[in-house]
Amino acid sequence: MRTWLKTPALWVGLLFAVLLVDMRSLRPVFAWAFPGVRPEIFDRAGFIELFVSHLGLVAASGAAATMLGVAAAIFVTRQTGRDFRTIATTLATIGQTFPPAAVLALAVPAVGFGPLPTIVALFLYGLLPIVENSIAGLEGVPEAAREAARGMGLSSWQMLRDVELPLAAPVILAGVRVSVTIGIGTATIGSTVGALTFGTPIFDGLAGNKLPYVLQGAVLVALFAIVTDLLFAVLARRLRPAGS
Amino acid sequence: MIEPMIEIEGVSKSYDGRAVVSELTLSVPKGALCVLLGPSGCGKSTTLRMINRLVPFDSGRVRVGGEDVLQVRPAELRRRIGYAIQSTGLFPHWRVADNIATVPRLLGWPPARVRDRVVELLTLLRLDPETYGAKYPHQLSGGEQQRVGVARALAADPEVLLMDEPFGAVDPVTRDALQGEIARIHQATGKTIVFVTHDIEEALRLATTIAIMDRGRLAQTGTPLEIVERPASDFVRDFVGGQGMGLKLLSVRRVADWLRHGETAEGAPIAADATLAEALAAMVTRHAGRLPVADGGVVVGTIALADLVR
Repeated sequence: MRTWLKTPALWVGLLFAVLLVDMRSLRPVFAWAFPGVRPEIFDRAGFIELFVSHLGLVAASGAAATMLGVAAAIFVTRQTGRDFRTIATTLATIGQTFPPAAVLALAVPAVGFGPLPTIVALFLYGLLPIVENSIAGLEGVPEAAREAARGMGLSSWQMLRDVELPLAAPVILAGVRVSVTIGIGTATIGSTVGALTFGTPIFDGLAGNKLPYVLQGAVLVALFAIVTDLLFAVLARRLRPAGS
Repeated sequence: MIEPMIEIEGVSKSYDGRAVVSELTLSVPKGALCVLLGPSGCGKSTTLRMINRLVPFDSGRVRVGGEDVLQVRPAELRRRIGYAIQSTGLFPHWRVADNIATVPRLLGWPPARVRDRVVELLTLLRLDPETYGAKYPHQLSGGEQQRVGVARALAADPEVLLMDEPFGAVDPVTRDALQGEIARIHQATGKTIVFVTHDIEEALRLATTIAIMDRGRLAQTGTPLEIVERPASDFVRDFVGGQGMGLKLLSVRRVADWLRHGETAEGAPIAADATLAEALAAMVTRHAGRLPVADGGVVVGTIALADLVR
């Protein structure tokens, strides 16, 4: 009964929401812990504004990486794309090896300041886990199920839609989960090139030697990542094929 | 002559220059249960899979129901041919009822008709529709999964059923029961079945026709009795019988053909359509040298120990 009350996502999410809406009520705590810093609470932008922007960056790059990553995995697990399998994983690996900070440095001259270079960096950085997991998931579909599907006259598209993707979904989702959760932390560096994220108070705090801002940004970004991860866990339980 | 349902004419298939099936010609009459029998690698599975074009053949011609299979789109062809395999290939994320409904749904049957058909098939395979329809494959035993696999192959009421070692992975007791089911279903539905196995006992029990294959070629075709009594080559003799040839003969010969009419004997009668092997078993367990034989409940004669070696 009321199992959702026991869901950690709910409680962590609640804590996150309260801090987001009402960080100000912690003003006395920060005033006591860090005397001399004025104002005690970061106020160059609202935390909700930061959150919306941060979420937007991660969602956009995550959606793009998921679409491209899954599509690439589907392609290289087909007969026609088999030869490109190594190339695809190598490219994705390079994308992840490249430090996001370096990508930002290269992207800014090309696309200018603001959210766009951050999205590019997050997208490249997040591609690998999605590509690898999607390939693993699709290749993990039991050969017998594939054989039976073909033998019963499912078309390639029906086989992909009804058999392969549903069976691979939990593994693909695990890749998206890793990618997005890491992306939330990584997105903070976007603030160095003009994107609004929870990294903004962190970098402002570091530059102006205002530790409370660093703390506020760090706590919020950590909670954001944890809540997202917990929500993915809920989704993964829903998505797990009922047959396993 | 019964019209052929499946005609394979001079079909060859090679992988990387290595011939797997060479110039194979085989005709399966309508309503037959044709067993493709042979050792591993003899090309029997490849042959089976060329009938529904899972394996494209290099040359020759395959016709199903008089129609050249190359003239039909592969997916469409396969929806008209039942297909059951050893590992069942049940979709683990679908319930039993949905698994069985696969082909009818592909064919666009109305939902009510699909539901009725699923219940009918579960009943045919002796699985209670109430209990089993909503289960997932992993909740079933190996034998039950295989029953569902057979039900799924029969779902759209195909005229032809292809079975690739369907009972190769189940325990002997379950296999025996499943073989009984296939024999019963074959009799009841009159479907043309092509059945691949390397198990000679299974072949002798089920087949109306056996096609023995050796290194991609047909070694012999015939009824089980013909194969055992008149093997066409040393290969067939070794494969079918070896040391146990005598016992194989007993297991394909029927009491009806060997009984002495008009005589009678003590004890419970044995059925005329029993095999000589069953008669021998009954004699041994009852310590009796002679058994009465009944046909449809009426004693028609006797069979004696000496008759077995005539």
